[in-house]
Amino acid sequence: MKQYFKTMKTATKVDYATYAGVVLAFVIVMLCQSMGLLSRSITGMLVPICCYICMSLSLNLTVGVLGELSLGHAGFMSVGAFTGIITSMCLSASVSSELVRIVLSLVVGTIFAAVVGLVVGIPVLRLRGDYLAIVTLAFGEIIKDIINCLLVGWDERGLHIALNFDGTKSIDSLGLSENGIEIIKGAQGASGNDRIATFVVGFVLVMITLIVVLNLVRSRTGRAVMAIRDNRIAAESVGINVTKYKLIAFVTSAALAGAAGALFGLNYSSVSAAQFDFNTSILVLVYVVLGGLGNMWGSIIATVVLYVLPEALRQFSDYRMLVYAIVLILVMLATHNPILRSFFTRLFRREKEDGSAVRAVKGGGSHE
Amino acid sequence: MSNKRPETKLVPVPSVNKIPERDVDKSPILEAQHLGIDFGGLTAVNEFNMAIGRTEIAGLIGPNGAGKTTVFNLLTKVYQPTRGTILLDGLDTAGKTTAQVNRMGIARTFQNIRLFDNLSVEDNVKIGMHNTIHSGMLSSVLRLPSYWREEKIAHQRALELLSLFDMQDLANAKAGSLPYGAQRRLEIVRALGTNPSLLLLDEPAAGMNPSETAELMENIVKIRDTFQIAILLIEHDMSLVMGICEGICVLNFGQIIAKGTPTEIQNNPEVIKAYLGNGKEV
Amino acid sequence: MEFLSYLINGISLGSIYAIIALGYTMVYGIAKMLNFAHGDVIMVGGYVVFYATNFARSSLLGDNPSALASGLSTLVCVILAMVVCGVLGVIIEALAYKPLRRAGSLAVLITAIGVSYFLQNAAQLLFGANPKNFTPVVSGQLTLFGGQLRISFVALLTIVACVVIMVALTLFTGRSKMGKAMRACSEDQGAAQLMGINVNSTISMTFAIGSALAAIAGVLMCSYSPVLQPTTGSMPGIKAFTAAVFGGIGSIPGAFLGGILLGIIEAIAQAYISTQLSNAILFAVLIVVLLVKPSGLLGKYVPEKV
Repeated sequence: MKQYFKTMKTATKVDYATYAGVVLAFVIVMLCQSMGLLSRSITGMLVPICCYICMSLSLNLTVGVLGELSLGHAGFMSVGAFTGIITSMCLSASVSSELVRIVLSLVVGTIFAAVVGLVVGIPVLRLRGDYLAIVTLAFGEIIKDIINCLLVGWDERGLHIALNFDGTKSIDSLGLSENGIEIIKGAQGASGNDRIATFVVGFVLVMITLIVVLNLVRSRTGRAVMAIRDNRIAAESVGINVTKYKLIAFVTSAALAGAAGALFGLNYSSVSAAQFDFNTSILVLVYVVLGGLGNMWGSIIATVVLYVLPEALRQFSDYRMLVYAIVLILVMLATHNPILRSFFTRLFRREKEDGSAVRAVKGGGSHE
Repeated sequence: MSNKRPETKLVPVPSVNKIPERDVDKSPILEAQHLGIDFGGLTAVNEFNMAIGRTEIAGLIGPNGAGKTTVFNLLTKVYQPTRGTILLDGLDTAGKTTAQVNRMGIARTFQNIRLFDNLSVEDNVKIGMHNTIHSGMLSSVLRLPSYWREEKIAHQRALELLSLFDMQDLANAKAGSLPYGAQRRLEIVRALGTNPSLLLLDEPAAGMNPSETAELMENIVKIRDTFQIAILLIEHDMSLVMGICEGICVLNFGQIIAKGTPTEIQNNPEVIKAYLGNGKEV
Repeated sequence: MEFLSYLINGISLGSIYAIIALGYTMVYGIAKMLNFAHGDVIMVGGYVVFYATNFARSSLLGDNPSALASGLSTLVCVILAMVVCGVLGVIIEALAYKPLRRAGSLAVLITAIGVSYFLQNAAQLLFGANPKNFTPVVSGQLTLFGGQLRISFVALLTIVACVVIMVALTLFTGRSKMGKAMRACSEDQGAAQLMGINVNSTISMTFAIGSALAAIAGVLMCSYSPVLQPTTGSMPGIKAFTAAVFGGIGSIPGAFLGGILLGIIEAIAQAYISTQLSNAILFAVLIVVLLVKPSGLLGKYVPEKV
């Protein structure tokens, strides 16, 4: 076993450290909670933080690993949230166990988001760069607008769905029976939901997302995806089916976002489509970029810090979002300015220079 | 973990006394017939006919802008040919994509190096071996035993391939951080990872000094002998081309102007004219 | 006749998008970055004109100003807004984008988002979150065909302004020395620098022009739908960005065409199909166009060289 740890690659060590960190954080939070150290506002943030961690991990798969900028990730979250809510509401009478209901809701949310991801991904992934980004943005807005028109209800005859395109219909036009449940009411969204999401489920979801993403990255599939990111033409030349692997990464990312969305939807008594707009997509993108592209533990830390930051800045009251904006700009300037960056890498290299880099220079021959 | 599995030698031992021969009597590995491509109204390559033997080292030379890289791009289907057919081991590659042609057996390197810069040297080679590994997405995510087995074999094979160029110590270095010469060698190793029957090398000696070029020549011959594959290379360094190529094809303005052995090419008046001009303009 | 009025409505809405998109596209062409804060510069322009005209009405002009005097004061206010926004654009570029010029495009994008948050929240602190009631710069309408067709003067002014700006910009980039320097920088900054062009000042100039255009767009937009609040600029900003991509980002005629078409699609979709889904329809058209022409209507497709 000792031998095994010695031969392990740095990347593998980082992966295990990430798992360990998440588990440790969970244990600490649970301990604090049981001792009553957490205020209500912090307890209220636990589940959303888990959701956003899953969101940024999944978006990191698209942006960091696949290397395509997506500005519509909240759309998949939205699909997951509403299908999750519908599932949970429909099952509320027949399935008494909350755990079973929440698991089923997450699964349904995942599946629907994956299907939407596939439908969106096939056209989107044909485009490149900023054109791809704008089309993901467009799809995100389309999903939001369609859900805004959606009317869904449930009664003993089954699920009733109508689309209120021209603004003339209301939830009453579904014709629900006396004991029917109104689930989604157009632009008002879903209200009166069961709040069955728990922090434990959130933790499990974060772990599953992390395992899926990390194991995927360190596999044949993940290598193919990263090869496409680094050099599409070279990837094709070694026999990688570019469309297939782009789609795999994109759909996986959408599916995980759907699961996160379902958990998010089950955590609030009312949810509307407007909550999953362009700004939410951008928010998650900020987490991913600040955490570092392709860097999963970075995404987790950035998400937690940036989610908690506006709360921590409450003492600045009116100024808090302004401070948030300034912090965001300063962090970007500090981490991406070439001069500062080369300074940090020099510091870093001096500490970590090991044999392999030296040998590379010695054995490699001429520099061009 | 499956430590009991026997150590399999995936790279065959070089055959010592193998004499290079133009195995013309066997069917050629590659046959290009009447190959041509137009860009808009411009004919970049026309009437390109060439056959390469199964273990031949062939050279494609010509002045700058003659269309040599375009021929590579046609063979690997980066461009779809306007005319003509390409037969690989007797199979028509019409309508195939670059990736499919690679799976049929053509691997290549690039004139301007195209490595996966942010990944390690070992990962670059493993990506080359993409279609020789078979673990799917599910077994990878669930880390089933088949995943570990495949990864272990891939790891061993990648190191063996790297050892061809004595690069196994660099396995964990980032590909983008390698010196230029090592990057060129890594591209060749990556191409070999795809298990090709024909290897296309686009200016493998570009930017190398004479001693490195000499080492490269040895290595190219070693690759051919070890893997028993055909190699077609584009090169401006005549010492390399004349030193190791058994057959040479000269391209000028997209047309083949001469074909033959190194000696024949060196004495061909057309070739001398293409390279040096006809002497009247001076 | 009804269709014609929707069409004119669409063209004038599109003209606003086009003016904003011009700013996006110029900045993209030269700095290769998506300036997400552009939409918020529009909002700043709107506030400057709002406060300036209020100040002029209350303290400078008398109770019954002549048409000429009030017109003139409005013009001065608009020019003031252009100057303020132009300077703001240059400052934003210098402080937030310039240090990142060699960083990846994603880093600049996030910084731009940070700037956008900053402007919105600063506006909220300075001017309050409550919507302001903006007085249109011109009022009244043109009545044609015996009252069957009514066109507001704002709509006419918008269309005229857009055409004038478009022509002026084309002449500027095509004929003037600065314009040629801009085009050179957008082709190849390194080569432009070697030819003695000051890349820094050229980029600053581009930001100044783009932001001044945003100020004009802000005034016209607030005259069109007279509600002014800190988030006023974000949705039109996104739509104008869409318009720029629609027409082919980096291309000035493309931004013009994209903006106008987007406006028409939005107006017609709202009138005949669905108010709720007008944005969805607009984005769907964008997706279809990009799938057929992957680099927009007038964009150049540059294949990757192997």
